[in-house]
Amino acid sequence: MESRFDSPASVRSRLKDVDYLSDDAIAGVVFLADRLGKPILVEGPAGTGKTQLAKSVAEILGARLIRLQCYEGLDESKALYEWNYKKQLLRIQAERNNESTWEDIETDIFSDEFLLTRPLLEAIRADEPVVLLIDEVDRVEVETEALLLEVLSDYQVSIPELGTIGSKQIPMVFLTSNNTRELSEALKRRCLFLHIDYPDMEREKEIILTKLPEITDSLADQVARIVRSIRQLELKKAPSVSETLDWARTLLLLGVDSVDEKDAIETLNILLKYQSDIARATKELSGDTSGTRKPGVPRTS
Amino acid sequence: MTPPEAATAGPAAESPMLELLAGFISELRAAGLPVSLTENLDAMEAITHIPIEDRDAFKYALAATLVKNNAHWRAFETVFEVYFSLRGSQYALDGDELHLPDQDDDDQANPNPEGAGPGAGGGGGEAMSPEQMAQMLFQALQRGDDALMRALARQAVTRYAGMEPGRPVGGTYYLYRTLRNLDLDDVLERLVQQARDEAPEPLTSLEERLERDEFETRIDKLKKEIEAEIRRRLVADRGVEAMAKTLRKPLPEDVDFMHASREELVGLRKAIYPLTRKLAVRLARKRRHGRKGPLDFRNTVRHSLSYGGVPADPKFRYPRPAKPEIFVIADISGSVAAFARFTLQLVYAISGQFSRVRSFVFIDGIDEVTRFFEGVEDIGVAIHRVNTEADVVWVDGHSDYGHAFEVFWERYGREVGPKTTVLILGDARNNYHASQAWVLGEMRKKARHVYWLNPEPKAYWDTGDSIVGEYAIHTDGAYECRNLRQLEKFVEVLE
Repeated sequence: MESRFDSPASVRSRLKDVDYLSDDAIAGVVFLADRLGKPILVEGPAGTGKTQLAKSVAEILGARLIRLQCYEGLDESKALYEWNYKKQLLRIQAERNNESTWEDIETDIFSDEFLLTRPLLEAIRADEPVVLLIDEVDRVEVETEALLLEVLSDYQVSIPELGTIGSKQIPMVFLTSNNTRELSEALKRRCLFLHIDYPDMEREKEIILTKLPEITDSLADQVARIVRSIRQLELKKAPSVSETLDWARTLLLLGVDSVDEKDAIETLNILLKYQSDIARATKELSGDTSGTRKPGVPRTS
Repeated sequence: MTPPEAATAGPAAESPMLELLAGFISELRAAGLPVSLTENLDAMEAITHIPIEDRDAFKYALAATLVKNNAHWRAFETVFEVYFSLRGSQYALDGDELHLPDQDDDDQANPNPEGAGPGAGGGGGEAMSPEQMAQMLFQALQRGDDALMRALARQAVTRYAGMEPGRPVGGTYYLYRTLRNLDLDDVLERLVQQARDEAPEPLTSLEERLERDEFETRIDKLKKEIEAEIRRRLVADRGVEAMAKTLRKPLPEDVDFMHASREELVGLRKAIYPLTRKLAVRLARKRRHGRKGPLDFRNTVRHSLSYGGVPADPKFRYPRPAKPEIFVIADISGSVAAFARFTLQLVYAISGQFSRVRSFVFIDGIDEVTRFFEGVEDIGVAIHRVNTEADVVWVDGHSDYGHAFEVFWERYGREVGPKTTVLILGDARNNYHASQAWVLGEMRKKARHVYWLNPEPKAYWDTGDSIVGEYAIHTDGAYECRNLRQLEKFVEVLE
């Protein structure tokens, strides 16, 4: 099978073409996943572009994105396949007056026609290029994780009545996790691991400039700097990239050219979602506590 | 015999590379990272696809295949720096010109690390006076000139660290010496001052803050460069394996509460938030999935309609077991304070999983501190108030478990009920006071569970003035809780 990318650098530049700004780690791991034919487990705080990465890769490959959203209680009939029970019943009833044997009916009703494919099987059976996204895999129970293992390591699905269905191609597979629980060793072992953290200041500024072309360079710079400053505080939930973008958009709509303290504090509720976080950031940005940075450290007052 | 074309062949064909990788992986395992055999093989395959001169790509290829937990990244990075530090020519120690252009990453890897001896400094840099050097450093930081900063970091180490070959001190000592001479705190203040002076209008406090952030980031970068430089020289001097062993640091979940350094404490505090989230989800799930509730009659009848009125598919109510009430009784004297702090933080962070959390702290007197946590969103602030405002000293401020327990029982004993789970935190070093262990016996009769968490290694229990054994027989279990990993494991016992 030919590989999809020439080098990590080409991954990076092609992702950039579809407005996804990656870094060395992201490009490198995507490149390797293609070469090694392995799934990527993407982990990191919410709102750092984990799902978007899968979408963007699908876009540059011209592949169809097949998405499996995980949730508690997901089972194989939702993830792999299901027999179309009602249609099978109809078939049996229609057959009642004919002279067909039991074997005929049995092979008939357990054939492709009566199989409802769910995302995993669909990705395996696809003829055209596909990218499979298994979103928020940490939400399923540990036992359900085992469903994924066969697909992830051998790219095949075993159906007792039909046999094993192998894939015609090795699709790119992305699993995302918000790390609400430790994933099983078996799953981790089968994947390449990629941790996407908040971007550094330069990259965040670039992201703002790419996503909001109408913003001025100096405003983007200021936004990125202030966000970096806020992320250094000890918060319940640090602002994510999407929140940064929302904030930048708000500032644009308000017609702000250069952020001063007042603007920043008035619009903080877009960046931060907890009252205690907002209170803390307000206090810090307005310079109440000059010098002291980490509020958890006991002060000598 | 190495064939002559080895330098151009693929990296996996090169046996020194494989050997290095094998050493690297065994060091990762020694540092506590769980690297399986398949992952090892994956790593070997991965690097065949990566141009080996591209150090960053090489590093990420190894990381993606070997490190499956972000908390282990730091440990990985340290080991990586040690094992592969001499591989890039831009890091060769003999190149010491000060105006290093930013060399491309794609130049050939330096095949003979022997050529890079320590202290190979010399060159034009030596002639500079310390003042000139400080001036250049100031400018480099002001402009954010990375290449110059790297060159200066190297200079600074040559000049100030006073490294002697073969001397068995850790890198921290050299780092301290270098940083002391550079006096970066002062540099930071001067940089901010300069920015203030140069601004056309006076800086607002927000602008000043942003400037300061920028300079702090650059100074951090410089410190990292210096650290890396020292590490490179130490590796060249003492060899890879010896250095890796010296630099080995425990993973965040293995850091001992009682002996954590300042830096490790910061790491612990960062690690505790994701941990609490994880624990809360796990406890909630366990509660829901543990057992089935009573039959849901309405639901069963409704579903029976699709089976012609036969209740073929019985439905059950979701179980709603009562949430336990938690009493935390913590010794906050001296060395166990850090432990108490982390456990309190953890328990309050997952307090949604309990019907109620009450906390008591003691040294030789005991005080209820639940009020500090009520309605406070920031647990850090509450803990700070506990440490400063709670009334815990009775006579002399030396731990007296016996007296504390006695007073607890007298004041709050009747509030302990069958739903209460009591957690006692401390090392049970009682300074030879009376143990009053009967209190725990009484407590256990009334409470649902009584657990003792001891931050000391089990080997030290019941040595000296520790009488944990005497208390433990009255509890449902005494657990060693030296690090986050053990604490996490214990929380799962709670229900």
